[in-house]
Formats: sequence, structure tokens, C-alpha cells
Amino acid sequence: MPKKIANTTNIVICGVGGQGIILASDVLCQAAFLEGFDVKKSEVHGMAQRGGSVITHVRFGKKIYSPLIEEGTSDFVLAFEKLEALRYAHYLKKSGRIIVDNREISPMSVLVGQADYPANIDRELEKSGKTDFVDATTVAVELGNMRVVNILLLGVLSKYLDFKRESWEESVRKNIKEKFVELNITAFNKGQTS
Amino acid sequence: MKSLLSGNEAVARGAWEAGCIVATAYPGTPSTEILENISKYPEINSEWSVNEKVALEVAAGASFAGARALVAMKHVGLNVAADPFFTMGYSGVTGGLVIVSADDPGMWSSQNEQDNRHYGRHAKVPVLEPADSNEAKIFTRIGFEISEKYDTPVLLRLTTRICHSSCLVDLGQRKETDIKGYVKDMKKRLVLPAHARVLHTIVEERLKKIAAYSELFRYNKIERGDKTLGIITSGVSYQYAKEVFPDASFLKLSLTYPLPEKSIRKFAKQVRRIIVVEEGDPILETEIKAMGIRVTGKEKIPLCGELTTRVLRDSFFKVRKSRKKEGRIPPRPPVLCPGCPHRGFFYIVNKLKLVATGDIGCYTLGALPPLNAMDTCVCMGASVTNAQGLEKALGKDFSKKLVAVLGDSTFFHSGITGLVNAVYNKGNLNLIILDNFTTAMTGHQPHPGTGKLARGEQGKRIPPEEIARGCGVELVRVVNPNDLKATEEAIKEALAYDGVAVLIFRRPCALLVKPRTPYRIDPELCNGCRLCLHIGCPAISLISPRGREKPLAVVDEALCVGCGLCVQLCQRDAIVLTEKSDA
Ligand SMILES: Cc1ncc(C[n+]2csc(CCOP(=O)(O)OP(=O)(O)O)c2C)c(N)n1
Repeated sequence: MPKKIANTTNIVICGVGGQGIILASDVLCQAAFLEGFDVKKSEVHGMAQRGGSVITHVRFGKKIYSPLIEEGTSDFVLAFEKLEALRYAHYLKKSGRIIVDNREISPMSVLVGQADYPANIDRELEKSGKTDFVDATTVAVELGNMRVVNILLLGVLSKYLDFKRESWEESVRKNIKEKFVELNITAFNKGQTS
Repeated sequence: MKSLLSGNEAVARGAWEAGCIVATAYPGTPSTEILENISKYPEINSEWSVNEKVALEVAAGASFAGARALVAMKHVGLNVAADPFFTMGYSGVTGGLVIVSADDPGMWSSQNEQDNRHYGRHAKVPVLEPADSNEAKIFTRIGFEISEKYDTPVLLRLTTRICHSSCLVDLGQRKETDIKGYVKDMKKRLVLPAHARVLHTIVEERLKKIAAYSELFRYNKIERGDKTLGIITSGVSYQYAKEVFPDASFLKLSLTYPLPEKSIRKFAKQVRRIIVVEEGDPILETEIKAMGIRVTGKEKIPLCGELTTRVLRDSFFKVRKSRKKEGRIPPRPPVLCPGCPHRGFFYIVNKLKLVATGDIGCYTLGALPPLNAMDTCVCMGASVTNAQGLEKALGKDFSKKLVAVLGDSTFFHSGITGLVNAVYNKGNLNLIILDNFTTAMTGHQPHPGTGKLARGEQGKRIPPEEIARGCGVELVRVVNPNDLKATEEAIKEALAYDGVAVLIFRRPCALLVKPRTPYRIDPELCNGCRLCLHIGCPAISLISPRGREKPLAVVDEALCVGCGLCVQLCQRDAIVLTEKSDA
């Protein structure tokens, strides 16, 4: 790895289209910006979002060139679904960490019985890197709103990033409709203390 | 002040800061958010046009009036708009005219990966290629300046990774521009042969002047580094090259047509070896080679697919094999959403084993298993006309099992001319318009069938059924596609009918309406027959509970929106409403 990009933090965020992945990356980027980093993010819109596999790249550090994370260099894979975590696990660097919602959503081929959902997926993930399994959906449902899964997962991620609390809160306020801010901050806290 | 903006947001901001007065677009990934964001600025009179040709012509008219105008589209949109694009290259501008083309290397959301930098050369229009959002904003302003200074439209060429990547952008204020006003100038705007002959020579002179400007253009810049290796690059490729060759010397080109030949020669003398790093076609490479300069390019860097840091590194260095677990992980392609109103129609097409010429939109997903209900997809509008060609070649009998399928936005975009053609030429077209009251694929933009305008205000609604009748179609039906029986009957009626029939399957996009009470499957009644799986609803799956002889279908209540399509398929009345009621 060239020295110049060694102090960059790379985070792959992935899941199923429609899960609020883009919002999660917006909140993360804004927080990184408030921390004074150069930030880049790349996402896909359109066709890919209709219940398909979705990946967003977030990078921050002193100076960022490419908006895309190179395979094998990601510090984190933040996944909203286990199969998607596995699909993008090759982005992880050796010492990287997977944070994944304990959730399985079957793609169409599995639903109609043409393919199998990988059997020991938890173990497969652990082979790719240290893995935090988080009951994000379960907790979000307890909080009364499935949609806060994304912010809850960011709460988990925040344990490993040295960001100020204010940066996260300000970013949540900037990106989320006012009437949902409190709920989302509660979700963030749940993630952070999980 | 700095703000995190995507390339598309940055183009919108750049247009606003540059005093742009009129903006037009037809949606298309990855360009859509340009107009979505421009329409938030009250100073810019913006519209969703019916298609890209219309959008460009409206913007050209604004330029005739002396107002700064911008038009945005995805790469294939410029094919639709190519006719006015070429002529505007001759005609030139009065108010600055910036034409934004968003190309899609890797085809994240497109049917091809055409490299629209060719269009600049082909139409003799200068091309600007920003390498990030900040440049996208600056180049939008510079585009207007070049346009007015040299009396030419300017092509601002973006790619998916510019449009949908975000970085920090320096924000400025709006500088109002004057609308110069309309002054008749036939030699310039009435492009007849006699005028065009004169204009062509002007265009060639203009290109020489812009080439001279290109030599001094501050964003065509040399970054001095190691003299043994020089990189010539443009657009997002620059970012990848900086990571793969951090120590090399760089010539980063931004105004890439016409090229600054002298600067390129100067750079070539400073370095021992040159690599041209470009995504897509070898456009810079071919021109630089034609200058007699030896470079390495596409013999190493792939022509197909998206360029990435990894792909570039792989082209020149030995890298560790990818740990990608391809093959073992079931793919997850996009699917029709639960409750999508397109689903019922495709189920019947599959059931009746019809041939369906198709088109582009969410409904193209009806081609995927288990629906398998679409045969072709060429370009917007082609469903209507491809069907006519099939009938012409194979005869009227073939049209008895043939339907042409397109969405409402696609119908307005380019389906109407095909419909007129079928009526006029005595075809037996069975045209299906899947009317979900929106342009769903690109994120729910309004269109004439909705009557809503870009800035939210109410416009005039134009119902497709009235257009069909106005075109002389006698069999026109509006049907609810969630009623499978009515759907099947309507299709059979159209197939049996001699002449052009138009069926409009109307129901709003499932993402735009409140979900209804979800269904569940009674395990006592379900016999695992799989009938409900034939509609390909992501909310329904088959499980094999321990101790149960036959498999069991289950509905994911969190996904089900209560459309009731599956209920109509179950022979055992096993699919019932959940008790939970949100009413
Ligand atoms: C020339 C051209 N312009 C734009 C697009 C992008 N695009 C793909 S489908 C589509 C419209 C889809 O809307 P509609 O026909 O209403 O179908 P829906 O997605 O709502 O089912 C658009 C704008 C394209 N593929 N080609």
C-alpha cells in the first residue's frame, strides 16, 4: 500500500436496495466532514436499487482521490444483510471488521427454490474477518420503526471511529426529518452501547 | 463555504451560480438528480421535458433568446437528441448552452456503455470532463463561458462515478446574467444548405480558436513528478491513476476536445514513457498517437466495463487474486417490488405464452424469472415498432399472440409516434401501456400523464387513452392489473381484435401508495403447491418446516403491502388477511 493513502479509512456499506443504505452513507460522510476529513462517497442509483444488491463506498482521510474502495483495503464492511456482507467481504482488509445485521433476506432464486441461502453463513463471515453480529432489525422493531436500522448500525460503527458525539448528532439532524431525529438518536445510542 | 455534493448536485449548483435561466431534462440514470436539484432554485425556469430531443430543443430556444440554458440527459438520451445536437453545433448559441451527458461505464443502469466523448468530436462541439464534484460545479460555469465566448454549445461529459460520487465542493454565490433578448439572425439560426455551408467553415475556424484556448486552459494541467513515467488522463480515471501511480508525472486533461496538442507534445518531451489512462474508448490515446507520440493505453487497460483502481492496477502490476466469492453466493438482481402493479400483467403474458416486445423501465424486470414475460428491449419506444416489424415479416396471424409493452413515461417519451405509425399502416398492434402514474425506474419523476410539473405545480394532465383515441385507435380499454381475471379478458379481447388495440393497465406505483393490511398463509390450508410463487413476489417464500411432509408457503408480513394478487391464484383459499389492521 502506498504511504500516501495509508491513513485513509474505507467503509463499504451494503445491503438490499430500499434498506436506507444511501441515507446511512450520507450521515457517515457528513459526520466525517464535521471531523475535518476530506471525504468521498460513491453509490449507485436507478435499476440497482429495486430490491437488488447495493453497495456504497465511503472514504475519508487527509486527501482522497478515488471515490471507490479497492478490494482488500476496506477497514469496515457495514452490512444490512448477511448474504450481502458475504458478497462484498472481499473488500475487507486482513485486519478489517464486518458489522452485520443479524438478518437474512432471500433473493428471488432462493425464494423460488432454485438456489440455497449459504448454510453456515456466520462462520463464512467470520473467516473473512472479525465480525460483529448485531440484532439491528429486532431492536429497531422494538423501537417501533424498522427504518432506524441504518442509524443503529452507524451507532455500532461509531464505537470504532474516533468521532466526537456532536459530529454524529449534527449529522443526524442535518440528514433526517425533524420528527424522526429523536427516534434515530435513540437508535444510534442503542447501537453504540450494544 | 464547503459542502458535500454529488456530481449531479454540483452541476445544479454550478448552473445556479453561473446565472443559468432555463434548464430542461428527461430523467435517466445517472443524470436524473441534476434537474431534480436545479428545480429547487426559483431563479431557474426548469422543466421535465417529454424526451431528450424535446429537452435540447427547448434549451436551444432559450439560448436563441439570449438566456443561459442547460440540458441534462443520460448517455443514450443524446442519441435521441442527436439531431438538434449536431445542428446546434453549426448554429452556435446566443445565451450560453451547456449540454450534460451522463455516461454509464459498467452499465449500472443502461443498455450500453457508449462513450459520448465521441459525440463532441462528431458534432464538433467542445467537451469538458470533470474529475470530481468540485470540478463538475466549476466546469458547468466555465461551460457557459466557453459557450458564449466561442459561440458554440458545450458538452459537459460526466460518468456514473462523477454523478453519484460526492466530495467537498466550494460554494459560491449566484451571478445574475442578462437575457440578451431575441434578435432575428437567419444566417445563424435558419440552418438551410446555403447558410450551413458558411456555418461549417465558421465551425472549423472556431475549433482552431478553442484548441488555442485549450493550451492555456488552467484545468489542462501538468503535475510534475517522476520523469520516467508520464500519465495522460481525464475525468474520474485521474483519481484511479493517482492511486496506482502516485509518484508519476501527470497531464490531467479537462477540456478534452479539441485537445491542446502543444501541451501534450511538451509533456511527452518531459517524460520517458507515457501511459494514457482512460475509461471507455481509446479517444485520447488515438488522437495522441496520431500526433506521432508513443503511448501505452488500451492494449493494457480494458475497453469493456468500468475502470477502477483495482482494474488499473491489474493492468500493469501483478496483484493478488481477488477473494471474491463469485459462484457460491446466489446473485440478487433487482426485482419488481412487492405490490408492483406491473406484476399481474406479466403473470398473464406468461400464462398465455405470448410474445412480448418490451421496452425500458421498471417493467423490464418482468423479463426475469419466474415471470419470463418479455422478449425484447432495444431502446425507449421500440416495443411499439418492433412489434410492427414482426407482424410485417410474419403476417397477421403472428400478431394474435403478440403484445407490445411499455410504461406510461416511455409512451410519452417515444411511444406515440410508433402508435401513429401502426394505425396509419394498418397494423394489428396490441399495445399495452403499464400506467403507474410515474416514471418509477429513475426515482418517480412526473410526466404528462401525471399532470405534475418539475417544480411541483399542477400542469395539464394528458391521459394516454385520449391520445390513443386521438390517434384513431378504436379499441381502447383501461384495466386494473391487480384484477387478474379482468386483465386476462382484456388481453384476449385485444388479441382477437382486427386493428390496433390499446390497453392501459392503470394502478399507481406501489412505492407511492400506503401499504394495505398484509396477508398471511394459513398453514392448515396450504398444501405447498407453489402456485403463489409464480408471480415472483419477494414477500412470498417456500419453507420446509421440520416434521411437515409438504413444503409451506409463507408471506413476509413486513414486506407484503396487501395487493392481493397471490390471493387470486391460491386454489385452497389459504391466503388470508392478517388480523393486524392499520385502518
Ligand atoms: C433515451 C433514454 N432516456 C432515458 C432512459 C432512462 N429510463 C429508463 S426507463 C425510463 C422510464 C421509465 O418510466 P415508465 O415508462 O413510466 O416505466 P416505470 O419505470 O414507471 O415502470 C427512463 C427514463 C433511457 N433508458 N433511455
